[in-house]
Amino acid sequence: MDIAVNRPPPVPLAPAAPARAHLRNRLQRNRSVIPGFGLTMGLTLAWLSLIVLIPLSTVFIRSAGMGWSEFLAAGFSPRAVAAYRVSFGTAFAAAFVNGVFGLLTAWVLVRYEFPGKRIVNGLVDLPFALPTAVAGIALAAIYAGNGWVGQWFEPLGIQLAYTPIGITLALIFIGLPFIVRSVEPVLEDMSAEVEEAALSLGARPWQVFTRVILPAIMPSLLTGFALAFARGVGEYGSVIFIAGNMPFKSEIAPLLIVTQLEQYDYAGATAIATVMLVASFAVLLLINLIQAWSRGRMQA
Amino acid sequence: MNTLSILRARHLLIAAALAFIALFLVLPLAAVFMAALEKGLEAYAAALVEPDALAAIRLTLLVAAISVPLNIVFGIVAAWSIAKFDFPGKSLLVTFIDLPFSVSPVVAGLIYVLMFGAQGWFGPWLAEHDIQIIFAVPGIVLATVFVTFPFVARELIPLMSEQGRDDEEAALSLGASGLQTFLRVTLPNIRWGLLYGVLLCNARAMGEFGAVSVVSGHLRGLTNTMPLHVEILYNEYNFVAAFAVASLLALLALVTLVLKSIVEWRFAYHRRSAGH
Amino acid sequence: MTTFHRLHRFGAAALLASAALLAGCSNKADGDTAAVELLNVSYDPTRELYAAINPVFAADWQEKTGQAVRITMSHGGSGKQARAVIDGLSADVVTLALAYDIDAIADRSNGKLPENWQSRLPHNSAPYTSTIVFLVRAGNPKQISDWDDLIKPGVSVITPNPKTSGGARWNFLAAWAYAKAHGNGSDAAAQDFVRKLYANVPVLDSGARGSTTTFAERGIGDVLLAWENEAFLAQQELGQGKFDIVVPSISILAEPPVAVVNGNARRHDTEKLAEAYLSFLYTPQAQEIIARNHYRPVDETVAEKYASTFPSLTLVTINNDFGGWRAAQQRFFSDGGVFDTIYSRPRR
Repeated sequence: MDIAVNRPPPVPLAPAAPARAHLRNRLQRNRSVIPGFGLTMGLTLAWLSLIVLIPLSTVFIRSAGMGWSEFLAAGFSPRAVAAYRVSFGTAFAAAFVNGVFGLLTAWVLVRYEFPGKRIVNGLVDLPFALPTAVAGIALAAIYAGNGWVGQWFEPLGIQLAYTPIGITLALIFIGLPFIVRSVEPVLEDMSAEVEEAALSLGARPWQVFTRVILPAIMPSLLTGFALAFARGVGEYGSVIFIAGNMPFKSEIAPLLIVTQLEQYDYAGATAIATVMLVASFAVLLLINLIQAWSRGRMQA
Repeated sequence: MNTLSILRARHLLIAAALAFIALFLVLPLAAVFMAALEKGLEAYAAALVEPDALAAIRLTLLVAAISVPLNIVFGIVAAWSIAKFDFPGKSLLVTFIDLPFSVSPVVAGLIYVLMFGAQGWFGPWLAEHDIQIIFAVPGIVLATVFVTFPFVARELIPLMSEQGRDDEEAALSLGASGLQTFLRVTLPNIRWGLLYGVLLCNARAMGEFGAVSVVSGHLRGLTNTMPLHVEILYNEYNFVAAFAVASLLALLALVTLVLKSIVEWRFAYHRRSAGH
Repeated sequence: MTTFHRLHRFGAAALLASAALLAGCSNKADGDTAAVELLNVSYDPTRELYAAINPVFAADWQEKTGQAVRITMSHGGSGKQARAVIDGLSADVVTLALAYDIDAIADRSNGKLPENWQSRLPHNSAPYTSTIVFLVRAGNPKQISDWDDLIKPGVSVITPNPKTSGGARWNFLAAWAYAKAHGNGSDAAAQDFVRKLYANVPVLDSGARGSTTTFAERGIGDVLLAWENEAFLAQQELGQGKFDIVVPSISILAEPPVAVVNGNARRHDTEKLAEAYLSFLYTPQAQEIIARNHYRPVDETVAEKYASTFPSLTLVTINNDFGGWRAAQQRFFSDGGVFDTIYSRPRR
């Protein structure tokens, strides 16, 4: 909230104190009017704990059993750090590419009419439905040196599959729907009239994009980015077929977990899992906080 | 800005988006179907009616039929409590709901092994009472519920937040009960968003590989879901059959597309008629 | 309201449809409840082998005892399968890639099978053996004939990751054995040899079949290090005449062991059946099937019959040359072991 006040606001903000009073009013009012808060919140927390939190806590408890120095040794060994770099780096690159092209796709789908639009719109969800292993095999087949796409890059000395580029390609596939589906509804809500007005007032298309459209869709774009990023960091099935799995070069963190398990080293595996979980959670929380803040700003 | 250059920019954008989609979505899909149909329709059909494939299809439908309704109920309940009320820690709660998106499938399977495996927290107790959770259907359902956990809730929370609570408050002030308000006011308002969330949830439930692979035990004809069956066939060098089963999953995604188009069309229609 | 009702009806119809499907499913399963169930948890390359043996054993058993038996198979990476058994997959028998994985079950599953499991059946409990050979592209364009050709610059070698694949550990140890037998035979020289070998590996797949696919389908690499049985199978399944098998001068005797998991079998009351199943693997009838599936039979008569299929070569063994699997695993493949030092730091 403080940051909101410090920034030059596009619209005059209501002073903080009345806003708080207003909030208090609303809280009190809805407590008396809309029923079911206790019931639904209770059910939500119970189900969340049962399916997500308690099972996930096993990872923390198992890794906590190994002591701090051992935890550091297992969770931050040079090999593990290199794997984090690969996993987080490729996930970031893929989320970034998706941020650009996913936004473009969402824009085209919302604003323009063209033949086959519905099919394209439906295809966007394909990565959710196709088993990740199948996606990995198909992508490896396409991008390998003898594949449909890979063969055009091979003579140039560029190897796509079995390098970090291959991992990024797989993660672009996996993450695309997150971005498109986050941005699409917001674009739909934005009327084209605002842009048309800005254009008629002499703004350049680029200015309209950066000053009008981008600020409005930024929160949803960030959400999509965060979800695609977080999903990419943990992805295993689709990546393993195209990664090459060379230590320090194209070895992803989830593979390292599998490697530890293969040696019956559950503590080591959970140590790496813990590091990844905490990092992903931090990214997601940050984005959700930004979102809540921007929504609060809009409502105020 | 003349209209011609705007039109040209529009075509450019459409072309760029389509090229991207073609490269990243159409090409893999085409690869799957090409491989599946490599030896003709007969081999394709034979792969799908083979007993182990049928068992895998049945199991996948069963798992989806259990886990999707569970997540529908949870999604609605969670969205109601989060969107209709203000409370501290809301962002934290939403993040916890998002968490399964970001958990590696390897870990998603592992956590249930650590809970219910023979060496896990409840392992000895389960063994004593002869209850099998992992390496059996319950474990597969649990892993699937975990992986698809956020889909419905994530779809509904923004929608219900945006709709606010005026409609519900009006209904309540007119004397409707809480349940009536939900069934008659909230549910019609969110039904299309809900249906969309359900379709995505279902698609993911059927397609999940990594987490299920850890808890399945790969018992042929018993605990192999469709994605696991694909892997087995692939590892048997039976590429045609592997991709045939995979293409069936892709077809499910395409059915989802048709359903969704219908949903969107109804939605637009509904909106229009509501406007009048 | 009408649309809502329609939605309702759609849901009900979908529910009914799936219920009907499930009912069909359970009916079918109830069909032959009289059969005794036996769960064989195995590793990846034995799919074809047990698919051929199981019906023969079932017929044999029914003839002898009148009891129908249904054998369920589970295949996967050897280590992953062992872990599943430790974590509660109720295997009656395990037939894995290396003794170390069955040792792990003995160590970690609260006495489900005794520590001396390997001495209970003949030939170290391995009813079939194999070895590591090279699969090269037709005509052997890179002129690969033995291990030292693999470390030449420009030769690309495909082998899976020993940290995640049992088969890959045999590959590594076979290379090590060659290096020890040549040159001055020192550990340092051997370490240098495997380091050069793995420097020629462009892709480390997580499993043996993944490597085969990378080599055969993706066209990567000049030579694939593979189980002999996998090399034969790849030749047969992935393209006749596209690959040649090269037998090196020295290799390792791979003994994939089998064992009854007594704890589970006792609970299922299938101990007798499970023991009979594993003993059956040693019968001439089963040994024939084993040989036809490209595994080396241990039965001498059968082995003689198929002698032309399986070339003879110098074979080192894990027990004589590496001090057993526990020692080899600890020295070579544990964290910080010999294999890890090969990959310590990319640039130095």
